[in-house]
Amino acid sequence: MTDTAYLHTLLTAARPQAMAALLRYFRDLDAAEEAFQDACLRALKNWPRNGPPRDPAAWLVMVGRNAGIDVIRRRSRQEELPDEDAISDRGDAEAAIADHLDDADYRDDILRLLFICCHPDLPPTQQIALALRIVSGLSVKQIARAFLVNERAMEQRITRAKARVAKAHVPFEAPGAVERAERLAQVATMIYLVFNEGYSASEPEEERGALCDEAIRLARLLLRLFPAEPEIMGLTALMLLQHSRAAARFADDGSAVLLEDQDRGLWNRSMIAEGLALIDKAIRHLRPGPYQLQAAIAALHARAEWPEETDWAQIDLLYGTLEQMQPSPVVTLNRAVAVSKIRGPEAALEMIEPLADRLSGYFHFFGVKGAFLMRLGRTAEARAAFDRAIALANTAAEAAHIRMHLDRLRKDAGSAADDKASV
Amino acid sequence: MLYAILCYHSEDVVCSWTKEEDEAVMARLAVVQEKLKEQGKLGPVARLLPTTAATTLRKDREPPLVIDGPFAETKEQLLGFYLVNCESLEEALDIARELGAANPGGSYEIRPVDLFFPGGATG
Repeated sequence: MTDTAYLHTLLTAARPQAMAALLRYFRDLDAAEEAFQDACLRALKNWPRNGPPRDPAAWLVMVGRNAGIDVIRRRSRQEELPDEDAISDRGDAEAAIADHLDDADYRDDILRLLFICCHPDLPPTQQIALALRIVSGLSVKQIARAFLVNERAMEQRITRAKARVAKAHVPFEAPGAVERAERLAQVATMIYLVFNEGYSASEPEEERGALCDEAIRLARLLLRLFPAEPEIMGLTALMLLQHSRAAARFADDGSAVLLEDQDRGLWNRSMIAEGLALIDKAIRHLRPGPYQLQAAIAALHARAEWPEETDWAQIDLLYGTLEQMQPSPVVTLNRAVAVSKIRGPEAALEMIEPLADRLSGYFHFFGVKGAFLMRLGRTAEARAAFDRAIALANTAAEAAHIRMHLDRLRKDAGSAADDKASV
Repeated sequence: MLYAILCYHSEDVVCSWTKEEDEAVMARLAVVQEKLKEQGKLGPVARLLPTTAATTLRKDREPPLVIDGPFAETKEQLLGFYLVNCESLEEALDIARELGAANPGGSYEIRPVDLFFPGGATG
């Protein structure tokens, strides 16, 4: 790693902490961001000469705060002097900010920064974009590329999101226990959105894959702030276990590879180890939640060295619990896959029939249905389901995967015809 | 004389490395480790998973208290470490409790190991 690369890593790592403190101080996302950028520029000038400080975040907060105050002073020469309360009404303005970096209320700063990015007033796409820009510090260009939109459109999206957040008036007082829990849940959802934005990429594109890494980094950050929250452990474990399969999820031709057909040797053992360790920790709390349950299911797949070793009965039970906790036709559909392994495709097909109305526009419903029908030898119906799936495919990889099934059906039909001919 | 080299670094920074940066560091370390191995000087080497995966057993009370997260009390110092092979966190905690009963006071941080090379030096 070159020295500059090392400095950039230091800045990236310090960013959430420093931005959170500057936001508390300036109470405005743009002002905080500007102050942080300013501090980073000074760091890049200063740190190579004097070596990085022992606490980069504290340094950036101090320098950023002073830079921000300078900007306000310069502007105030042209405008009316701002009310001191508009900058900060907390007593820490003059105190050494470094002391505050270790304070327990510091975690509320970071939580607030994250929460502002996923404010309920914002649509999901704006939440993700804002979090990546503000918390992760990705450039507008990088985010635009990840979302496959042009830079100007992304710039507008982020500006709109900031304006909405400013209007929402998120309170700057330390939140109470209930509000903290609500914010935490909202932030967890946002982090999982970022992850899924990367995970649902149609092929192993680098930019979008990086969103998965970023989501995991944010989750680890959140977990360090709230180390005893089983659902945050569950969320982190879930993302690690899903992302551990990244290298095995796509074939060379770009088509999606199903879990049971993946080369498990390509799975990332390190991520699996961390995911399993976290789910182990979470379960001890005996406070199950949707992330923990999904992580526990992913863990059972990760623990199976071969697909045949998968504990489908346990997976069926876990999906059953998830169904009760968070009823959704998609969960039932997933459960049906487990049921097909234990009680056969007929039982599974029966289970998904009632979902047909609600999942009539859902790619996976027809993919799974087609696979059940295929196993039952109901070829014509299977083909119809697969045709429907292709029409609904979200990515080329999904379509390619279904086409493979259709080709197989056609080949089987061909050989059956040959058999008949030869009789 | 056997020396333990305990590795300290900012987790925020290490977790911010890209995959390429991480691999580059590991590759550079492997060169040094290979040399030490040839010289018969290398003992077990372990890389630990992030502290978020850690659990701490406080054994200064009875029964010992299990806490999520790493041991971060600066009043006490790292005085040694064990490597144990367990099926689950529960089993590791049982072993820690047993060790704690034999050596009460202080804490054990139970931290899953990521990479492990047994090495060959015996001291």
